[in-house]
Amino acid sequence: MNTNTRSKLAIPDDLTKRREMLKDRLDPKKQRIVVCGDTGCTVCGSRELVPVIEKVLQERGLAKKVELKIAGCLGFCENGPLVLVFPGAVFYQQVQAEDAEEIVEKTVLQGEIIERLLYTDSADGRKITCAYDIPFYKLQKRVLLETGWYIDPLDIDDYIAHGGYAALAKVLGEMTPEGVIAEMKKAGLRGRGGAGFPTGLKWEFCRASAGDEKYILCNADEGDPGAFMDRSLLEGNPHAVLEGIIISAYAVGAKEGIIYIRIEYPTAVLKIEQAVRQARELGLLGRDILGSGFDFEVAISKGAGAFVCGEETALIRAAEGKVGEPRQKPPYPADVGFGGKPTVINNVETFVNVPLIINRGAAAYHEIGTESSGGTKIFCLVGKVKNSGLVEVPFGTTLRQIIFGIGGGIKNGKRFKAVQTGGPSGGCLPEEMLDLKVDFKDLAQAGSIMGSGGMIVMDEDTCVVDVARYFLQFLKSESCGKCFSCRVGIQRMLEIYERITTGAGSIEDLDLLEELAVTVKDASMCGLGQTSANPVLSTLRYFREEYLAHVRDKRCPAGVCRPLFRYSIDKELCIGCGSCAEQCQAEAIVETEEGSYSINPELCTRCGVCMEICVADAIIKG
Amino acid sequence: MSRQLSDVEDVLQNALNKHGLSVVPLLQEIQEHFRYLPEEVLRMLSRKTGIPLIEIYHAATFYNSLSLTPRARHQIKICAGTTCHIRGGGKLIEEIFQVLGIRPGEITPNGEFMLETVNCLGCCAFAPAMVVDGKYYGNLTPGEVRKILSKLRERAALMEK
Repeated sequence: MNTNTRSKLAIPDDLTKRREMLKDRLDPKKQRIVVCGDTGCTVCGSRELVPVIEKVLQERGLAKKVELKIAGCLGFCENGPLVLVFPGAVFYQQVQAEDAEEIVEKTVLQGEIIERLLYTDSADGRKITCAYDIPFYKLQKRVLLETGWYIDPLDIDDYIAHGGYAALAKVLGEMTPEGVIAEMKKAGLRGRGGAGFPTGLKWEFCRASAGDEKYILCNADEGDPGAFMDRSLLEGNPHAVLEGIIISAYAVGAKEGIIYIRIEYPTAVLKIEQAVRQARELGLLGRDILGSGFDFEVAISKGAGAFVCGEETALIRAAEGKVGEPRQKPPYPADVGFGGKPTVINNVETFVNVPLIINRGAAAYHEIGTESSGGTKIFCLVGKVKNSGLVEVPFGTTLRQIIFGIGGGIKNGKRFKAVQTGGPSGGCLPEEMLDLKVDFKDLAQAGSIMGSGGMIVMDEDTCVVDVARYFLQFLKSESCGKCFSCRVGIQRMLEIYERITTGAGSIEDLDLLEELAVTVKDASMCGLGQTSANPVLSTLRYFREEYLAHVRDKRCPAGVCRPLFRYSIDKELCIGCGSCAEQCQAEAIVETEEGSYSINPELCTRCGVCMEICVADAIIKG
Repeated sequence: MSRQLSDVEDVLQNALNKHGLSVVPLLQEIQEHFRYLPEEVLRMLSRKTGIPLIEIYHAATFYNSLSLTPRARHQIKICAGTTCHIRGGGKLIEEIFQVLGIRPGEITPNGEFMLETVNCLGCCAFAPAMVVDGKYYGNLTPGEVRKILSKLRERAALMEK
C-alpha cells in the first residue's frame, strides 16, 4: 500500500497497516526542526522564519533528510518565536530569521548548541538546553498538548503514525456504544467548556432520547477574552478533535455532526476543514466507517462572533444560522437540540480527551486528576506573569503551583494581587486563595468558576475595581437583551462602576452593587446573566479596601482610574531634556523657571506617554 | 455607488444556492463579497427571500463580525481582551483618539482609518496587541502606536502624490 494514495481504509486492519508503513516517522533519531506557527509566535516573526529555514535546508541539500514542521502552538508564548530541534528537543527562543542559518549549520549538522538562543532559568540563571528540563514544561502534565510537538496538523498520516484513530478503530471494532459511555463515566471526564457537566452522563441522556436522528455539536466558538486553548488544539491537533467527535457520535447514535467555529480564527478553520477532508478521503468519515456499518458526516459552521453563543441553547440557534439567543431549559439539548433533534454539545477540549481515555483506559486516565474531575485541564496563563503561555496540569493542582511554579511568578519584581479565572463570568481570587486546588467545585466555592480555562494574573498595578468595570462593559455589550434582569441590571451596575472609577461613587453604592448583582444572578435565564455577578461579588468580597479607597478617599491605589490619580514630575530627578513636553499631545507639560518641567493636572489626559519616555525616571504616578 | 445591479443579483443567488435561507451564512457571504453589509443589498435580500428585513437587521447587529458600515482603507483592530486591558490596551485606544480623533466603531472623515475593538486576538503573551490591515503588533505602548500611525499616514500621503 502506498501511503501517498488516499485509498480508503475499509477495515481496522487497513489502519494498522498504514500505521506500520508510516513507522519510520517515529524514528527517534530523525532530524527535525519544529517551528511554532501559533498567532503569538507569528506576531514576533515565526512566519518570516519558516521560508528562511526552508531555503537554508534546500541550499545544503538537507530538504529530504531534515524534516521541517510548523506546529500549532508550542505553548511557551512568552518567549516566541520558538523552535525545537530534534533529536534532543533542543529549545530555542526568540528566534529570528537571521538565526536560521546558524541553527542548521551548528545544531542540525554538528549537534552544537547555540547558547544565546537558549532559555535562561529566572531562578538560578542557568541556561537550559532541552525543552523537557525547562520548569515551565517540566512542571506540567502535557498529555493533550504534547502530541502537538511531533505532528504536522495538516497531515493525517502524521497523526496516524503517532497512534491516531486507533481509539476509533478500537471503539468501532470492540466496544458497544454503552461500553464507550461507561468508559467516559469511569474516567470521570467532565465537560471542559465551563460548567463541568459529566460527559458520560450527557451522552447517556442523548442516547436514551427518542428518535433516530441525533446530532453532535462541537463548540469551537471560543469567545472568552484571554483564552485560546481551543484554538491551539484545533490548530495543533485537529484530528484529535475530529476523532473525539466521531467516537462520541458512535456512542450517542448520531449520524451527523457540526463543528461551530469562530470566524475570527481563520487558521483553525483552515486546519479543521483540511482534517475533515482528509478523514473523509480515508473513509474515517462517511458511510460504513472502517467496515463497522456506522455512518457519520461532519459539517463546519462559522460563528459570527457573539459571547452568549457559548450557552448551549444559543449555540444551537447560531449553528442553525439564526440569531444566537438562549432559550429556557428544559427541554435540554439532549432531548431537543439542533433542528429540534436530540443533540450532544461538547467543547473542543472535551473531545480531545475522548481518544485518550479509550487508548489509556478509563482507570489509568483517572489516575490523573481528582476524585470528582478526571484528567488534565489546559489553561491560558497570561497577564502579569513571567511565563505566559498554554499550560496543562492535572485537576487538583494549586493556583500557587501554576502561577509561581510553572508561571515563574510575577513580572518585573511586582507583587501578586489577584488571579482571575473563568473569563468575564469568573471571579478574582486574592493571595490568600493561592493554595486553592483547581477543580470545578473548589473554584465555585471560592466565588469564581473554572470556565473554559482563562487564567489572568494581576499585579499591584492592576485595579480590581477597573477590572470588574471592564467585565461588566464586556457583558453589557454581549448580553442578548432577552431577560430584563440581565439587560438592565448589568447596565445599572456598569453605571455605578463608572461613578466609582471617576470619583463620584459613595459607600452606599457598594451595597447597591451587591444587591443588584444578586438579583441579576437569581433572575436571569442563561449562564451569561447568572454568572455576571461573579466579577462584582468576588471583588467586593476579597478587595473591599480597594473599593473603599475609590469611594471614600477618591483615590485609585493602583493608578489606573484616570481621575483618581495624577502624574507629576520629580524636580530633583528631572534633567530638563524636555522630551516629555515635546511628546505631550495635551500640551499639559510646561517648563518651569528653574529649568525643570511640571504637569498641569487640569490638562493632563493621563496617557502615561511622558512616563514611558522619561529617561531619568522623573515622572511619578500617584 | 458603482455597484452593478446584476452583480448584486449574482452574489445573492450564489449565496442562496449555497446556504438556503440560513440568515447568518447568507450575511457572511454578502459581507465577504462587499466587505460590509450594504443597506440596499440587505433590502434586496429581504425582497428576494421574503425574510423580514427586521430579522436580517437583528442578525446583522447581533454578531460582532458583521458590519453595517463600510470599511476604511486602514482597518485598526485593538484587542480589548482582559489581558490587553490590564496591560494597558485602554491607553492605546485613548492614544488613537488623541491622534486620529476616532473612537471604536468610527471612521476618520477622510475614510482613511477605522478603529474597531475585538474581544480577544488570542496572543495574550504579547499584550497589549493591535492588528492593522492584518499585521499584528504586540507589547505596545501609546508612543509606539503613535509611531505606527504616523508611518501609515506618511505612506498614505506618498501614495496620494
